Amino acid sequence: MRTELAGPTASWNLASDLSQLLEYHFMVNALLAGSVAAVTAGLLGWLMLVRHETFAGHTLAVMAFPGASGAALLGAPAAAGYYAFCGAGALALGSSTQARQGSFRQRSAWIGSVQALALAAGFLFVSAYGGVLGDLEGLLFGNLLGIADGQLVALAALAALTLALLLAIGRPLLFASIDPDAASARGVPVRALASAFLLLLGIAVGSISQITGVLLVFSLLVAPAASAQALTPRPVLSLALTVVLGLLVVWLGLGIAYFSVYPPGFFVASVSFAIYVLARASAALLPRRASDEGDERTLDVQPDELVA
Amino acid sequence: MLGQEFMRNALLAGTCVALACGVSGWFAVLRGQMFAGDALGHVAFPGALAAAAAGVDQRIGLLTATVAVGIALGALAYAPRARGAGAPSSASGAGDAAIGTAFTFVLGLGVFFLARLGASSQAGSGLQGARTLFGSIFGLGAGEARLTAAAALGATLLVLAIARPLLFASVAPEVAAARGVRVRVLGVAFLGLLGVIAAGATQAVGALLLLGLLAAPAASAHRLAARPFAGIALAGALAVACTWAGLALAFAIPSLPPSSAIIALAVALHALTRWLR
Repeated sequence: MRTELAGPTASWNLASDLSQLLEYHFMVNALLAGSVAAVTAGLLGWLMLVRHETFAGHTLAVMAFPGASGAALLGAPAAAGYYAFCGAGALALGSSTQARQGSFRQRSAWIGSVQALALAAGFLFVSAYGGVLGDLEGLLFGNLLGIADGQLVALAALAALTLALLLAIGRPLLFASIDPDAASARGVPVRALASAFLLLLGIAVGSISQITGVLLVFSLLVAPAASAQALTPRPVLSLALTVVLGLLVVWLGLGIAYFSVYPPGFFVASVSFAIYVLARASAALLPRRASDEGDERTLDVQPDELVA
Repeated sequence: MLGQEFMRNALLAGTCVALACGVSGWFAVLRGQMFAGDALGHVAFPGALAAAAAGVDQRIGLLTATVAVGIALGALAYAPRARGAGAPSSASGAGDAAIGTAFTFVLGLGVFFLARLGASSQAGSGLQGARTLFGSIFGLGAGEARLTAAAALGATLLVLAIARPLLFASVAPEVAAARGVRVRVLGVAFLGLLGVIAAGATQAVGALLLLGLLAAPAASAHRLAARPFAGIALAGALAVACTWAGLALAFAIPSLPPSSAIIALAVALHALTRWLR
């Protein structure tokens, strides 16, 4: 793929650059798939950060490794492996979902154990398969520039399903995330919602990581949402900002990668990081409202607003 | 089994790395810094690749990356914005988001270096990548094993040397600070030492083993022993026991990779203690 593209050169005329880039079907597919992934991962990642489940999200992304290698070993389709392991991982993580402060330590250690076990299983599968970890870069950073039309449709369908389910449980989930004690006192099923969220996250991560790889999906989950939450405590604004920043990350990353010899994964990860650093820096430099001082909560939401 | 030289090397390095991981893991669990430990294991890989791209000894790149990231995370974890009330701040979302974004970026750099190396030796760099991620404890030479063991033991002794103030600073940071304990310096020093251990562990047994040995034995010890120093000793002992049993198992079943065996045993132990208590 690279060879036939030898030497696309960027000019200062952005319009001609863009039309040059969009002439290629694989670039259009990459941009579309990247956009779907950015929106889905951004919205789920936003909730993941509010729920302090970053480590769990990373662990679910890592599940793709035993998924891919296990499917290769059994001769099953890779997608089946991704979904099986991401789903199983979500259930294993969901087995310890308490929001109590004291159990945070044990929970974080359990997530670490689950992740280590997943990696160990993946390594076992790889060595049983023949000892060669074939496409390390593809596994870590995916193959954004080689997406077939069928994959794109499957990704979009699953993303729509995930977002519809998320919308259905969104209100009680946000309530349970922000104030679990008040939510359970009001009869919100906090534990069931926690497991449901992890399962949704697992399925979304499983479908996105097939095209973006294990690491890039995590980058799309964390960076746009973290940047948006650093910039504004207003929930609706920061959700919208998450989507915008996620799309910006994917488009910029792919656009730069097209005119470069280095892989898109590197640019997407770098742009995410740059945006996050800028967001944190501007949040630190801009004067904040007095009510934000010393407030650990990143969101300006009153739990009462969420009670329908 | 002990007649084989590769087995003696594996036992020497494995024991010392397991001890270091068990002891420091106990503090990592206590401080809620498991994600930071995970990140340290991940950045070892780009560090080694960067050194390879620059033509420097990979061990130097690896150690530089893990220690630098450890110190950076330690400094960042106590940045004013992220400071929580009482709990170490990686318990807060802001700290975790920063760790996640930063290590994804560092791994992105790893792929960049992989692409640079790839032009010259695709197969070689892929193999090295696999070795860095998963280790090959049975492939250690005598010199490598001794070096790893010495580094791991040294880091363990340093962690034990700061154990008492670190414990104070982890359990009650505000009280400790009021009593003149340098909470922030201790936090940075701890993650720096964890970086040294991560580098040693990655070199010998792979990033995979690091996370499992940090989390599982230490979490089991936290459940089984309430007294701190008994817990630290138990964490070290459990990690060493899992390593020995895993190495013996992998020796008996040649198709089983040693790191997978060790992790499977450690996680089984963790799951058992969770179920019991």
